[in-house]
Amino acid sequence: MSEHIVPVRIYLTIFLVLLVGTGLTVLAAFIDFDKYGFPSQFNTIVALTIAVAKATFVVLYFMHVRYSPRLVWLIVAAALFWMAIMFSLTFSDYFTRNWLSVGY
Amino acid sequence: MEQQREAGTLGMWVFLVTEIMFFGGMFLAYTVYRSLFPAAFSSASNHLDITLGTVNTAVLIFSSFTMAMAVYNTQIGKPRAQIICLVLTLLLGLTFLGIKGVEYYDKYEDRLIPGSLIPSRPFGPEVQQEGQPFDAHKLHLLPGATVRHVEMFYWIYFAMTGMHAVHMIIGAGLLLVLIYLSLKGRFDPEYHSPVEVVGLYWHFVDIIWIFLFPLLYLLGRHLAHGG
Repeated sequence: MSEHIVPVRIYLTIFLVLLVGTGLTVLAAFIDFDKYGFPSQFNTIVALTIAVAKATFVVLYFMHVRYSPRLVWLIVAAALFWMAIMFSLTFSDYFTRNWLSVGY
Repeated sequence: MEQQREAGTLGMWVFLVTEIMFFGGMFLAYTVYRSLFPAAFSSASNHLDITLGTVNTAVLIFSSFTMAMAVYNTQIGKPRAQIICLVLTLLLGLTFLGIKGVEYYDKYEDRLIPGSLIPSRPFGPEVQQEGQPFDAHKLHLLPGATVRHVEMFYWIYFAMTGMHAVHMIIGAGLLLVLIYLSLKGRFDPEYHSPVEVVGLYWHFVDIIWIFLFPLLYLLGRHLAHGG
């Protein structure tokens, strides 16, 4: 039994953090950040930042990755890396189509 | 035993990677179409029920917590608490699906199921011909939004939440099996890989929702607010 057992206190803390994160993301969604001089799409940036933070907490603590062997870390990182490739290659197509006026 | 347990967990993670890529494709489609039709996506998003969406997010997070507690109680060898936690997780999962069903019915009522799949409640142009253009959908279209592009949002909405719901249903089935096996006393601190692996799956489904919720429900709220 060398398995790491995460104490209840940590589970409870993460649970509360996730609930607070949900509340924050809903509140932030009603604020028009453009009005206060933030760059455009700032609402989306806030929403995604909170979502990424919440997901990180779930992965690290609920899914025990923080206490897992390096190989699990590697697999998680590989997933994110390939996802980044998929997104960046697709965006490099879709978001550059109107750079040249060759017409489609 | 230690090595076997690690191998099982690792295998689950490899499976979850394929799941990440699977949902990733849908998130990609979402991003491309949202950037093409921002106004329509905001209008359509504002029609979703933010209260039910928020409650559902909390319900799912709670279920993730009870799932983590189920794994914990198995690890420390408390079968009673473990079974209670598993049953709670299952009930919360079913609550989530129930609320999702209410939301889907609401969309049906407002004729927002895309592609004229429902003959008596068509989406789009058919409704316009009756002389009450967009009111039939109860959409408050923002400038630049069209019903056709709202339909695009709802295709993506139903594809993503539908696929997520399918995963929830599979998860509920897995929980039933776990509860059955737990009642037969099959898990102890030495052997409990199934509980742990289903836990990983359940948390993964929770993470998908953590991203779906802001991306589908919250993107246009600040535009409708006060406007």
